[in-house]
Amino acid sequence: MSAKTDNDSGGMAFLDTRLNRWVTVYIPMGLFLFVLLFPFYWMTITAFKPDAELLSREGNPFWVINPTLAHFNKLLFETDYPIWLLNTMFVSVVATAVSLVAAVLAAYAIERLRFQGAKVSGLAIFLAYLIPPSILFIPLAIVLQYLGLFNTRWALIFTYPTFLIPFCTWLLMGYFRTIPFELEECALIDGASRWEILIKIILPLAVPGLISAGIFAFTLSWNEFIYALTFVSDSEIKTVPVAVVTELVEGDVYHWGPLMAGALLGSLPVAIFYSFFVEYYVSGMTGAVKE
Amino acid sequence: MEQQPAQPGVAAGGPTGTAAGPQPAPRPARKRESWLERLQNSHNGLGLVFMLPTGVLLLLFLSYPLGLGVWLGFTDAKIGRSGVFVGLENYIFLAGDSVAQLALFNTMFYTIVASILKFMLGLWLALLLNRSVRNTTFLRAVVLLPWIVPTALSAIAFWWIYDAQFSIISWVLTELGFIDRYVDFLGDPWNARFSTIAANVWRGIPFVAISLLAGLQTISPALYEAAAIDGATPWQRFWHITLPLLTPIIAVVMTFSVLFTFTDFQLIYVLTRGGPLNATHLMATLSFQRAISGGALGEGAALAIAMVPFLLAAILFSYFGLQRRAWQQGGDK
Repeated sequence: MSAKTDNDSGGMAFLDTRLNRWVTVYIPMGLFLFVLLFPFYWMTITAFKPDAELLSREGNPFWVINPTLAHFNKLLFETDYPIWLLNTMFVSVVATAVSLVAAVLAAYAIERLRFQGAKVSGLAIFLAYLIPPSILFIPLAIVLQYLGLFNTRWALIFTYPTFLIPFCTWLLMGYFRTIPFELEECALIDGASRWEILIKIILPLAVPGLISAGIFAFTLSWNEFIYALTFVSDSEIKTVPVAVVTELVEGDVYHWGPLMAGALLGSLPVAIFYSFFVEYYVSGMTGAVKE
Repeated sequence: MEQQPAQPGVAAGGPTGTAAGPQPAPRPARKRESWLERLQNSHNGLGLVFMLPTGVLLLLFLSYPLGLGVWLGFTDAKIGRSGVFVGLENYIFLAGDSVAQLALFNTMFYTIVASILKFMLGLWLALLLNRSVRNTTFLRAVVLLPWIVPTALSAIAFWWIYDAQFSIISWVLTELGFIDRYVDFLGDPWNARFSTIAANVWRGIPFVAISLLAGLQTISPALYEAAAIDGATPWQRFWHITLPLLTPIIAVVMTFSVLFTFTDFQLIYVLTRGGPLNATHLMATLSFQRAISGGALGEGAALAIAMVPFLLAAILFSYFGLQRRAWQQGGDK
């Protein structure tokens, strides 16, 4: 009976015995969670360990005996880490905003205006999403050099939309498709312009889609690596993922404490941001896959 | 779909209809507004305006570089020198280059092994999530964490986990008495290959699992009940109900997964930079090394473009996966 209340999706839980359920569900699930979460635990525990404990094989490495903030102190006050965080924030927010505006307009045009070539544009945008950054970064570096944007934050702000816009457009097209045509027809009859319809009718109804697209774009920009590594070389304009890898590693002596503290602090903002909108993120991801 | 033919008529009728009401008053303004009004009633004109930001950004920073990359592959461009057309020279050189051959092998090996593992473990995790389900929301959020966090940063955590002297895995294995010397995870060619694959699988499982879970949740429980009444074993239910109904989503998810794995860069760059002895160099990392670190832009571009045929194969696979889905559901989309 208790097994039945546990399971509301299958409706067949009554066939499970309790032991069976432990062996086939809970234990494997626990193992998965352990493996998936262990690197984060290890990152955190290392960030708080004093060097003496880090570099000794004695004692239990899974716990900290004398937790210290020394690594965070070194990271925040002896390196450019705060600047890298601000850079990443700035680039991610601006690139996300630019991409969302462009994607909303494009998705509305393709889905609702149905201009000549709308179908082709939709397909082209889908194909654009399939082009990975690792085959574009060399020629893009040349284009940016030519435009005088190389080694500036604008290099990243202009190039991130190349993978953000296709994704956001594709996702928003799916959302716009669910909004009934009748609403637009009524508004047109009442004399609204297309622009008013988009702002006052479509966008308010598509807020969940906008949040999904926005959070996706933000995490993608925050995590971007190859463009940021190639197009930016000055320390004070690097983003966190690149700077931690290129600036905090000096020679052959690895400062594991500050490295882990840097990895932890660089992961936290995006993890916290994501935790507020998990449902939107999941619906965006699965929606995009199902389209 | 049905409303579409009516749409242009309404669009054209709307604004003129309202203009007919307060006819005399806005007369003087009419001329000035006319081109704007005409633009608003023209699907093509307005469509063009709305597509403008996307079009400009994508043409300038996506289509043009793609073409430029293809061109660069046929030139001997170096950093600071634009280069001249050399035909297939880069490709012929790369075909005979042992490092490039090794990179191709590594890329295939990495993609195939990692994708199979991601698929099997991801499907298993999806099935577990679908069955356990108190608190799916919370579990899904936790499971997705490896996918959310910047790969470069989680790769650094793996770097520390794989450290030759202080690896926690080696510590545990030693304490349990399985090994007496610490494992050199990233220093030995085959160890390094499997270590990087493990890190890639760790990062990719959440995406596969959560996407497949969404597919699993659309399968009606009634099918399983009917099968159970007919005496089907759990394995038969999985094989004859779950798997066929999930195939379309599996096709799409795995296409994306293969695409990302094949063109992977940052995990390798952070963990090994292609070493030891080029044993973990993928085509993307080799391309970076040749073009950006080494300055041979033409050669690097040729290596990058050489990935395109494989990507096309993946896209075609996805296309036929989608076709099959449409056919299964008996609809046109």
